[in-house]
Amino acid sequence: MTPKTLFDKIWDSHVVRTIEGGSDVLYIDQHFIHEVTSPQAFDGLRARGIPVFRPAKTLATADHNIPTIDQDLPIKDELSRNQVETLNENCKKFGIEYFSLNHPNNGIVHVIGPELGYTLPGTTIVCGDSHTSTHGAFGTIAFGIGTSEVEMVLASQCILQNKPKKIRITVNGELQKGVTPKDIILHIISQMSSGGATGYFVEYAGSAIEALSMEGRMTVCNMSIEMGARGGLIATDLTTFEYLNNIPSLANRPDFKSLLLSWRNLKTDEGASFDREVVFDAGIIKPMITYGTNPGMGMAIDEVIPRINNDREGAVTLAKALDYMGFRPDMKLPGHQVDYVFLGSCTNGRIEDLRAFAHFVKGKKKAPEVTALIVPGSKRVEQQAIDEGLDKILSEAGFELRQPGCSSCLAMNEDRIPAGKYAVSTSNRNFEGRQGPGSRTLLASPLTAAAAAITGKITDPRDLLNN
Amino acid sequence: MPKLKFDILESTCIPLPLENIDTDQIIPARFLSATSREGFGENLFRDWRYDTSGNKNDAFILNNQNYKGTVLVAGKNFGCGSSREHAVWALTDYGFRAVVSSFFADIFKNNSLNNGLLPVVVPEEFLNDLLEIIQREPETRIRIDLDKQLFSVLPPGESVEFEINPYKKKCLLKGLDDIDYLLSIREIIAGYEFRNKLKRCESK
Repeated sequence: MTPKTLFDKIWDSHVVRTIEGGSDVLYIDQHFIHEVTSPQAFDGLRARGIPVFRPAKTLATADHNIPTIDQDLPIKDELSRNQVETLNENCKKFGIEYFSLNHPNNGIVHVIGPELGYTLPGTTIVCGDSHTSTHGAFGTIAFGIGTSEVEMVLASQCILQNKPKKIRITVNGELQKGVTPKDIILHIISQMSSGGATGYFVEYAGSAIEALSMEGRMTVCNMSIEMGARGGLIATDLTTFEYLNNIPSLANRPDFKSLLLSWRNLKTDEGASFDREVVFDAGIIKPMITYGTNPGMGMAIDEVIPRINNDREGAVTLAKALDYMGFRPDMKLPGHQVDYVFLGSCTNGRIEDLRAFAHFVKGKKKAPEVTALIVPGSKRVEQQAIDEGLDKILSEAGFELRQPGCSSCLAMNEDRIPAGKYAVSTSNRNFEGRQGPGSRTLLASPLTAAAAAITGKITDPRDLLNN
Repeated sequence: MPKLKFDILESTCIPLPLENIDTDQIIPARFLSATSREGFGENLFRDWRYDTSGNKNDAFILNNQNYKGTVLVAGKNFGCGSSREHAVWALTDYGFRAVVSSFFADIFKNNSLNNGLLPVVVPEEFLNDLLEIIQREPETRIRIDLDKQLFSVLPPGESVEFEINPYKKKCLLKGLDDIDYLLSIREIIAGYEFRNKLKRCESK
């Protein structure tokens, strides 16, 4: 048999049929929906007078447009409240399971899917959200779709897709102290550029990837879209199986053993070919930070901002980005003032992220001039943080643990960064205005965010780790 | 339902010579709370069109009366970032029928095709020349012939062929969408599900 990539194995087994021009009718095993990108899809079903084809294969949560304080009170903003209520009504009417605000399973869609055991190896997963790639950490083909495609999945459990090309990104070696999975992916994106993997699906491999926990792998896969890739996946191994075995609802399933067996071969065969291969050395990766207005504009925290070379493409875009950020070429970022720090999002809102941040700030004090937003990714993460006493550590250091949601990652709720202010953020996008009109976002790891929160300045976290 | 049909379009163009224009710029997240597809055009490129006090930014191309038309010409990697289809709805609601670039982000491209907004991929050199021409001469007209897959600068300027998935081309020419097709093969999809169930039983 011809050796196959993991991606091809999963994709090919989900093709219902191939139509003219090469598009595949791809069967979707698990569909997640949220309040922002689903209402128009349900309207489409109503206009056609059709039901949801397989309601049990869709799960709903409210996450994008919700407050992260006083969640027991009605949502203040009328449009947001209406959108969340619309999701509630649609789920009721079409028979879809829904984890509403305050439900113990509520949270960011890409945090709850894995932690509740909905994300299973070897499956296809879609959601009207580009960070659906997160689920690829479990050896799944998971990618973001638009609302018309959400409607397709609701109507038929399938979507029409062209098969993307394949790229393998191998990261070998050991990470230095103070360097996290977030730094791996920010490093990769800075090298690939924000459009460098457009048209491709990524497989992450290599010893540095294998050494990561499931949560670290999710952080890496999460940002695949930030280099243009449809998604990114990682082969299953013992780490995957141990994580899944710790989810009671899964491990108690009578067919769990046979599922485990079926997941064993979810890896790329030796000799399988990729359209592109890129290799990185984990040992040279340093804590990363972005200086511009797309995630490709990133550098090691001790580097200087690149010069604008008018003979090279992208000069106008880079000049505009630096002007927006209030930075100049050749500038070093450490020491620069920070006004806000955001810990959270589907990229870094899991328990390991909260632990890393809390342990870093333990016994220290938040800089008084910094406003910090510490937002767990889900109710379960929030509860676990409290059970572990992280909320106390945080509070002693001057931080407050908020309630779960997407929060300041896209600032659809009140968690906005004011115009002109600098935010060190563990989220995934530093686009102009992403965290509020005029906000200036610097993407970084939870450790770099913690260091900024303590000093009030952009700080290499290794400087504080060594003390 | 979106207007899907597309065959031939002649128009002047609006140049936006920036790369990596993300969907947060096309429609900022704070305008995504609506539950219908209409009305997003009002906030298209909101934070580039208006300053933080809500005054028009005269320097932005959509506020420049010299540039009009239903075709947007933008730098490479247009539509990157969020999967929000609202970005496409904002462009179509504003009146755009086609976007020209040297490459598009994948999800944006799919969303466009699903809403009758034609993403026209042209070679980078052609794109740079086109951007220069239309910036210099805003009255320049172009013609997009979907059936012939031909993008031409009128008259008698340069022409370039563009690629499009043959199935999607047919859908646009006829004004059909994917859901019509998927609904027509629901029995085949159910058959796929049944075969998978059998396979799982056999492997136990």
